[in-house]
Formats: sequence, C-alpha cells, structure tokens
Amino acid sequence: MPIRDRLSGNEAISVAMRQINPDVVAAFPITPSTEIPQYFSKYVADGVVDTEFVPVESEHSAMSACIGAQGAGARSMTATSSCGLALMWEMLYIASSSRLPITLACVNRALSGPININADHGDSMGARDSGWIQIYSEDNQEAYDNFIQAVRIGEDERVMLPVMVCQDGFITSHGVENMDLLEDKEVKEFVGEYTPKHYLLNPQEPIAMGPYATDKYYMEHKRQQVEGMKEAKEVVLKVAKEFEKISGRKYGFFEEYMLEDAEVALVAINSTAGTIKATIDEMRNEGKKVGLLKIRLFRPFPGEEISKALKDVSVVGIMDRSETFSTQGGPLFFETRSALYDNPNRPKVVNYIYGLGGRDISTKDIRKVYEELYEIKMGKEVEETCTYLGVRE
Amino acid sequence: MSVKINEKVTWRDITPGGTIYDAGNSSEFKTGDWRVLKPVFVEEKCKQCLLCAPVCPDSAVPVENKVRGEFDYDHCKGCGICMKVCPFDAIQMVSE
Repeated sequence: MPIRDRLSGNEAISVAMRQINPDVVAAFPITPSTEIPQYFSKYVADGVVDTEFVPVESEHSAMSACIGAQGAGARSMTATSSCGLALMWEMLYIASSSRLPITLACVNRALSGPININADHGDSMGARDSGWIQIYSEDNQEAYDNFIQAVRIGEDERVMLPVMVCQDGFITSHGVENMDLLEDKEVKEFVGEYTPKHYLLNPQEPIAMGPYATDKYYMEHKRQQVEGMKEAKEVVLKVAKEFEKISGRKYGFFEEYMLEDAEVALVAINSTAGTIKATIDEMRNEGKKVGLLKIRLFRPFPGEEISKALKDVSVVGIMDRSETFSTQGGPLFFETRSALYDNPNRPKVVNYIYGLGGRDISTKDIRKVYEELYEIKMGKEVEETCTYLGVRE
Repeated sequence: MSVKINEKVTWRDITPGGTIYDAGNSSEFKTGDWRVLKPVFVEEKCKQCLLCAPVCPDSAVPVENKVRGEFDYDHCKGCGICMKVCPFDAIQMVSE
C-alpha cells in the first residue's frame, strides 16, 4: 500500500535514505541540499536508523569518507550542491575509478560567481565526465523513486559505479508536493543487502585498493570503466521494471510526452520538464502538435534511443540550464545533436540556454520557444543556433 | 582471486579499479626505472652495520645471513636515504 504524504524534495530524499538505512552517510551542509543530511541526522539521533553519520569538515572530506567506507564494504551515501560538488571533484573520479557504488543526492545549484544559490545545472554538468551515472528528476516523486533505484543500479555487479541523482535546487528541493511513498519494508527488500565481492574489511582476503597505474595499465582501467557504463543501460531498465512492480510507476532512459505525433519538440531535464508539459497541454488544446523528450538518464547517454525517439520530429529545441562557454551551446545540446547526426532524416536542432542561476521560466517562455520552432519549421532562417532565453538584450 | 597483472593484461582481465588481491606483488613490477641518482655500494668500506636496509622505503637493500647484498635497482628510486644514514661512506650517489 503506498503511503500518501506531502514532502519537499529534500525531505523525500531523506525519507528514502531512512528507508534504505545505509551503513554510512558522510556530509557537509551546503544550500540547497543542507536539509537532506539535516533531516537524516535526526533519524540517526533518534535511533530510527543504525547508520554511522560522519559530519565532516568539507565536501572533499565527505566524498573521501564515503570512498573509504564503501571501499571497506559499507553502503555509503552523501548529498551536496554547487560548490560542494565542485569541491568533491577530485574524489568523484576516485570513487568511480575505484568502482565504488556510492549514492549521491545532487540538488542542482549554480556555481559561483557571482555567488548564487538557485537552480542551475552547472554543478552536475561539470561532473558529467567524472564516471558517475547521472539521473535527473523532474519532481519530488521522481527524486525519491530515482534515489531508491540508484542504489540497485550502481551496486549491480556488471556496473559497480557511483550514481548521482539530481533535482532542481529550491524548485523541487524545497517545494512541497503530494507524493506516494513506499512502505519501509518494500524499500528494504528492494535494495537488499550490499554484498560487495571484494572489500577492505574482509579478513579472508587482504587487498590493496587505489594503487598507482602507469601508462601501461591506466588505459585498460578506463576502458573497463566504460564497460560498466555500457552495462548500466540494461541495468537501469531492469531495475526500473522491478521498481514498477512495487510502485506502479514507470521509468526508462527518458520520458516521451506527446512526442509520438509531434511536429516540433523540446528536449529538457529536471523540473522545467513540468513547465513544458503544462505548455504542451495548453498548446495541444489549440491543435498544435508539440512534444517533449525529458531525459532521465544523462550518464550513460542513451544517444541511439534518443535519436530514434526524435526521428519523426522536424525541429527540435534543446534546453540547457548551464553554460559551457564553448560559445557553441550547452552540454545537453552537444550530446543530443551528436546523437542525431547519424539519423538520415535528422531534424533541425537549436539550443536555448535558460534559467541560469534560478531565473524563472514560465509556460509563456516555453510557448514562445515552441512558436519559434514552428517558424523554423516553416522555413525561417536560423541565425544563431544557440540563443539565450529570458536574458535582457 | 589471483589475476596476473602485467603489461599483457587486457582491459577485460585487469582488476576493477586496479585492486590488488595478492600480497607482495611488487616483486613482479620494475618500478626503479625513473631514477635520476643511483646509489653505488662501496663494499670495502662497508662494516655490515645494516643501517641502510631498514631505512630504504622500497626494500631495495637485500640482506641475507646478516650480510647486505647489491642494491635491487629494479625497485630503488634513488632517494639517497641509505647514503645519508651510512656512517662509513660506503654508499655513493652517482648520476644514473
């Protein structure tokens, strides 16, 4: 029986953590993810979980502690945002290359400077090549559901990679929504026990982790790490199927919203997908065939599947909530456009950078974007492939 | 689990994360090939006090029957600690 509750996205993650009851949670507070370890530390203090809670002095240490704990054989978790994730940067690579399936709740926030605390994907996009699996969540329900699935995905023997579950700072992390929670017992059974094959605290097998790999070995390691990512795609779908059985909620690499017969479509991640869906509903009522492809799994990037899903759309707008300063567009744009390149009927693709530092994005803005996509469909010249939405000219 | 890690190992067989499952495998690797200075053992000056052996970070001073042998150049990094600790000038550092 699902439990109806109203929670913020941060509360939802902390409830998921409580239900998972991990061995170790190490965290340092940073806005807007502070509440996750804060709520969770109360569960620890109340004895509701038997987790070892490690309040560290920086995010670099939080990730280090998680790496040490996970290497020792403990299921470990943390939460962070923005500069906190940036401070973990060095250790993110150690976690993934040591094949340690740590779970991280990333509450997306802009990176300084100027200092800004609001939603922006600059933090997780900066970590996109660190070897972590990345899953994005539209709302609180998805953040909760994704976090529970992340544990299983990362720990699968074929994968053994850390997983980052992202959601938008303040928009979902602090916005309260009605949602369905699973029973504690269901979550416990779903995630099961963490039983690593090799771990440091096993007296039967003394091992050394994290050795020096010269050029004679490093490339083989990286190639093997990629294999874990490749395998992750199948595992993501397998875990989603099992999750559907206990929750009734369906997940895949991405969600197609009114995409099947769409003439023009947008590609987006996280909370803006909800705004886009509302706009689609309005415009569909007016007879406009508009659609959305909301990417859930960004690492590994399901390029072939995305290309297939967009094969009948003539103009695609790709929404990026982060800047790369390449002057050629955002990360979601690069990867999606690259995936579409081999498509014989590849659509026209344009990029919109929007919502940086938490700038509001409304259905009105999205409607303007769809209208522009229609104009391009009707033959309007694209002067600039990458444009900025809502910036004062 | 024993996996032979050598320069022929493929990406499929290399251990995940490079984890080492067997103790003492350093003898299988030649790690002293980037040395700049090289210690040279001057046997006639040596009084076999063996101070050099325990201070070597790479166990590159082999001792057998309380007698030190020639340096293990496959593992010596040329740090020179043995030369500094030797009271009898029996170790000299020379350019590699």
